[in-house]
Amino acid sequence: MDLLLEGFATALTPENLMYAVIGVLLGTAVGVLPGIGPAMTVALLLPVTFSVPPTSGLILFAGIYYGGMYGGSTTSILLNTPGESSSVVTALEGNKMAKSGRAAQALATAAVGSFVAGTIGTLLIVLLAPNIADVVVKLGAPSYFAIMALALFTVTAVLGSSKIRGFIALFIGLAIGLVGTTTGQQRMTFGSPQLADGIDVVVVAVAVFAIGEALWVAAHLRSKPLDVIPVGQPWMSRDDWGRSWKPWLRGTAFGFPFGALPAGGAEVPTFLSYITERRLTKHPEEFGKGAIEGVAGPEAANNASAAGTLVPLLAIGLPTTATAAVILVAMQNYGLQPGPQFMDAQPKLVWGLLASLFIANTLLLVLNLPLAPVWAKLLQIRRPYLYAGILFFASLGAYSVNFQAFDLALLLGIGMLGLAMRRFAIPVLPLIVGVILGPRLEEQLTQALSISQGDVSTLWSEPVAVVVYIVMAILLVGSVVMSRRTTPPAPTRTEDASMDVNA
Amino acid sequence: MTTTETTTPVAPDGTTRKDVAQYGLAGFLLVVGIVVLIDAAGLSDGFADQPVQPYAFPYVVGAVLVLLSGLLAVATWRGDVPEEDDGEDVDLTQGSDWATVIKLGLVLVIVIATIDFLGWAIVGAFLFAASARVLGSRTLILDVGIGTALSLLTWYGFYSGLGIPIPAGVLDGVL
Repeated sequence: MDLLLEGFATALTPENLMYAVIGVLLGTAVGVLPGIGPAMTVALLLPVTFSVPPTSGLILFAGIYYGGMYGGSTTSILLNTPGESSSVVTALEGNKMAKSGRAAQALATAAVGSFVAGTIGTLLIVLLAPNIADVVVKLGAPSYFAIMALALFTVTAVLGSSKIRGFIALFIGLAIGLVGTTTGQQRMTFGSPQLADGIDVVVVAVAVFAIGEALWVAAHLRSKPLDVIPVGQPWMSRDDWGRSWKPWLRGTAFGFPFGALPAGGAEVPTFLSYITERRLTKHPEEFGKGAIEGVAGPEAANNASAAGTLVPLLAIGLPTTATAAVILVAMQNYGLQPGPQFMDAQPKLVWGLLASLFIANTLLLVLNLPLAPVWAKLLQIRRPYLYAGILFFASLGAYSVNFQAFDLALLLGIGMLGLAMRRFAIPVLPLIVGVILGPRLEEQLTQALSISQGDVSTLWSEPVAVVVYIVMAILLVGSVVMSRRTTPPAPTRTEDASMDVNA
Repeated sequence: MTTTETTTPVAPDGTTRKDVAQYGLAGFLLVVGIVVLIDAAGLSDGFADQPVQPYAFPYVVGAVLVLLSGLLAVATWRGDVPEEDDGEDVDLTQGSDWATVIKLGLVLVIVIATIDFLGWAIVGAFLFAASARVLGSRTLILDVGIGTALSLLTWYGFYSGLGIPIPAGVLDGVL
C-alpha cells in the first residue's frame, strides 16, 4: 500500500500529470478517429522514448491505451461501424440507442461503465501483478519457454477465426524476427549492414498498422462519409443508472480474467457479457432495439480486459494485445525488460505507472463526459487529410529511428505486406507478437539447454512447463472440436473476422 | 497443425467462387520460406556454448512457411475466401481502387529517393500534400500550406522539444 501511495506521489507531479492528460486526450481522439487506433498511436509516438523519462513516457502510453478503449466506443455508438473488434458488440445496442435519440445515455453508460471497470481492473492489477511476479520469478527458462510458446499459440490459434491465417501471420513475424546477428552470424541480412542489427520493431509496427491501414482504406475509401448521429452532453436518468450498474460489474467480471490470461483479447468477454445481459434483462423486448444493458456490460468488459492485459505484460513480459505489444517495445527502447524482476527492480516506475492508471481513468470520466460533442465533431474530419496525416506521421516515426532512407523503404515494403494482410484477412497481432517474442523464445531455449547441457528433456522438467503444455494441448483439441462443430453454419458475425488491428 | 477452414465458399450470388489472388499469397509464402531455408543452409555451426544452432530456428520457420503455403493453396483451391478487413471508412461493396494505392506508393518512393538530399521539412510537406491530393483533396494551396506547417512543426518539435536533430538536408543552415 505504501508503494502505491509513493506511486501516486510519482504520478501526481505536474509533469507526469500533464503526460497523463495528454495521453487520455490523444488516446480518446485516436480511438474516435477512424483508421487509427491506440496501437498505431503508441507506435507513432515511440520516438518520444528517446528524450522523455521512462515513467512519463509509460504514463503517456498507458493513458493512450485506456483512452483508446474509451474512444472506440464513442465511434461505434455514433457511427455503427466499429473500427475495433472489441467494440463490435457495443455497436449492436449502442447504435440502436443513438438512433432512437438516446445517444447521450449510451455514451454516459459507456463512460461510467468504463470508469468502473477500469478502476476495478486497475485495483486487481495492483493486487495480482506483484504476487504473480513473485511466483514467476522462481520459474526457470524451461517454464518461460513454455509460457511464451503458449502466448504465441493462443494469440495465433485461439483468437481470430482462421487458424491457417493466424499461423501465416505468426511465421511471417518469426521470419522477420530472424533478421540480424543475435546468434553471432548474419541471418537473413543478405549482406546488408543496415539489416545486421535486425529490423527495428518500431518500423514493423508502424508499417503494418499505419501504412497497411492507410493503403487499405485508400483502396476502399467511402465515396460518401457516414452519417454521424449528433449528440449533446451525456447523461443518465435514475432508471438508466439502476439498469446499468449490475451489467457494469458483471462485464468487469468477464473482461478482466480474459485480459489477464495469455489468451487475451476483448472479443470473447464482450460477447459473453452481451449474451448474459440479454438473458438476465428485465426488458428483453428492448434488446435489438437499443437496450442500455447491452451497452453497459460489453463496454465494462472491454475496459476490464484492457486492464487485465497489463498483468501478463508487467508480471511476465508477455503482450497479448497489439497495444500491449507496442508498449512492450517502448519499454525495451528504454532498456527495461518487463517480467518478474521488473517490479522489484523498478518499483518507482511500476507503481507510478499503476497509480497513473487510476488517474487516467478518472481523467477520462471527468474530461470525456463534457467533451463528447467535440469527439463527435472529430468524426467529420476530411478523410484525405486524415489518411495523408497518418502517412506523414508514419514516415516521420520510421525515419526518426535512424534517419535512414532505408528504413522508409522497409516501411513501404512491410506496409505493402500490411495491405496484403488486410486483403487476405491475415491477422496483424500474431505477426507483431512473433517479431517481438521470436528472438526471446530462441534466447530462452538457448538458456534452458545451456543449463541442461543440451539435454532436451529439461524442457518438461518443471511442473509449470508441463501444466502449460497440457493447457496448450487442451486448447488445441478444444479449438479443433469447436471449429468442426461450427463448420456447417458459417460464421456471419463480424467479431469472428480478422483479429483486432487497433486494440 | 489442423486447419479447418470455416469461411463460406459461397459468393453472394450463390455460386462457388475462388479467390485466385490468394494463390499469389501462397506463392509469396513459398518464396519467403525457401529464402529462409537457403539462408539457414548457409549458416555454419555455432560456438560450443550454443546448444541451439543458429540454423535451428530458421529451418523450422522456413519449413513451416513452405508448409503453410501449401495448405493455403489447397484451402484456396477448395474455395476458401478471406473475409476482408472492414472499418469505419472502408466500403467493401464498391470494389478495390488499386490505382490510388499505386499512386500513394509512388509518393512514398519519391520520398525515399529524395529525403537524404532534400531533408524532412521539404519531403514531409510534399508527402502530406501529395497524399491528400491522391486521396481526393482538391485544395492544392491549402494542402501544401498544411503540409509545410506540419513538417516544419514536427522538425522543430523534434529538434527542440525532443532533442532529436532530424537531418535538415538541403535546408541545413536555413532551419
